[in-house]
Amino acid sequence: MSRAFSLSTNKMMLELSLNVLDIANNSIRANATLITIAIGIHKNADILSITIADNGCGMTGEQLTRVSDPFYTTRTTRGVGLGIPFFRQAALDTGGSFSIISEPGAGTTIHAEFGLSHIDRMPLGNINSTIHTLIIANKQIDFLYTYEFDGRKFHLDTREFRKILGDIPMDLPEVSNYIKEYLEENQREVDEGYPI
Amino acid sequence: MKSLEELRAIRERMQGQIGLRNDNTDQIRVVVGMATCGIASGARPVLTALSDAVQSKGLANVTVTQTGCIGLCQYEPIVEVIEPGKDKVTYIKMTPEKALEVVDQHLIKGQIVKKYTIAEVIG
Repeated sequence: MSRAFSLSTNKMMLELSLNVLDIANNSIRANATLITIAIGIHKNADILSITIADNGCGMTGEQLTRVSDPFYTTRTTRGVGLGIPFFRQAALDTGGSFSIISEPGAGTTIHAEFGLSHIDRMPLGNINSTIHTLIIANKQIDFLYTYEFDGRKFHLDTREFRKILGDIPMDLPEVSNYIKEYLEENQREVDEGYPI
Repeated sequence: MKSLEELRAIRERMQGQIGLRNDNTDQIRVVVGMATCGIASGARPVLTALSDAVQSKGLANVTVTQTGCIGLCQYEPIVEVIEPGKDKVTYIKMTPEKALEVVDQHLIKGQIVKKYTIAEVIG
């Protein structure tokens, strides 16, 4: 692909957590009812992995081959789609990898691996803010979030939360705060504040 | 590990009070554009500021939600306020600070913050 500009010089998304929010919004537009987000930090293998999977409408083979092209988008409000190209390039810039699997009617899975200690790897940033935002601004969608650091992990499953809450909404202040604290405290416990 | 017990305790405390918030037709919807364009321009902190303020001020008639690309990428972050029976108000180039003004002036007092609306900013 020869384009007049380089996606490597993307200065707009300075945290991987913003890419995660962006990619998850593709899942929302695909009418997903369950979005799975997994972050994995593996110090020995020197890998930061990010997986975003959904049960949305999926893509055809033709769409799939064009999805890394910044001048391809299915939206009608504008003619470019930079989300996946940004994310893909961010991974490749760190000696990492990017893959996307999709099936019409079944959903889409995006997996990216980053060189954890690579100088060009963007920081993960405030991933908890991304997850919290997704949950409280999309009450009709379920999220399964997993955070793993060197074998220790925790998860947040909104289906479990809903079972407990019944008809109490996620964006009730008490519940929203609980979700925030749940994410922050459990991340601290798992990674002990390791800078990612 | 923070446990689900705490969530059960919240449910026990709140159960009696439910009905205080339903997604009924009188709800004011505050919608933040959250596509690549919005996120890259700072929509996440704007949405956080809005939902935190709406929660802390107890605005049970307001729902903060997100949408995709509105088609005005150069004016992101964009916040739309949609009130039943009224014209939609579109605020552009928002920041968390401007968003708090919108909460205080528009959502609480019912006065549109004209200086941040698309009509005012781009004429």
